[in-house]
Amino acid sequence: MQVTFYIAATIAVLSTIMVITRYNMIHALLYLVVSFLAVAIVFFALGAPFIAALEIIVYAGAIIVLIIFAIMMLNLRAESVEEEKVWLTKEVFIGPAILSLILLGEMIYIIATSESADVAQRMVDAKAVGMSLYGPYVIGVELSGILLMAGIVGAYHLGRQKKKVVHRFLEKIEE
Amino acid sequence: MNTIPVESGLLLAGILFVLGMISVLVRRNIIFMLISVEIMLNAAGLAFIVAGSRWVQPDGQVMFIFILTMAAAEVSVGLALILQIYHQLKTLDSDAANRMKG
Repeated sequence: MQVTFYIAATIAVLSTIMVITRYNMIHALLYLVVSFLAVAIVFFALGAPFIAALEIIVYAGAIIVLIIFAIMMLNLRAESVEEEKVWLTKEVFIGPAILSLILLGEMIYIIATSESADVAQRMVDAKAVGMSLYGPYVIGVELSGILLMAGIVGAYHLGRQKKKVVHRFLEKIEE
Repeated sequence: MNTIPVESGLLLAGILFVLGMISVLVRRNIIFMLISVEIMLNAAGLAFIVAGSRWVQPDGQVMFIFILTMAAAEVSVGLALILQIYHQLKTLDSDAANRMKG
């Protein structure tokens, strides 16, 4: 399990680095799928098989496909890759990367100096998660339902195209 | 020794979070910024899973499910906003959206 964890962790970090350096959007999304699959294997190694399945179904299956469909709807031209090459140069990485890596270094220092512990590799199965979800956390489930409802209504309202009526003499936009 | 130390799990979560944060700071393309936010949310969920499996409690996984729900709602609203911005401004440059006129 230890070897599985470290291999999957390495793949996750490498594919995430590939995501943040790509110019082509679809290539970045495909690397992101690899990253999510690697993180799912990490979840499996940590003893959370239900969450590993959920990661593949929801993140790699639903959210990435939604973004790919949105990119297809935008109908981007080949120039968008050239445009991205102009925007994403090596110089823009310097400032944010140095500051973020300083923060990461501090976090590594804090983790390294605190007392060590091993992950208990006992599996927490879907039954325990469900019992907890609908027991003490039932208010969270209800709030999640409200959030998803607001998300559906908001996405519908924002994504609606304004109906454009072209008259013979005057062009006006309804609503 | 066939156990995973809890530090390496937290370290993986931290590295993924920092990579997502660098990307959200560096990119100008608004879709890439949304993708980077997904990376960061996933890393935060990973930290919850590591903590949950450290004490063999289901609470970490419950929190991950809530993060998943939030990420799904966020990405749908975010993509609807991006479609509107692209139709109005004909570009994906986030700097072009600094004048919010209707």
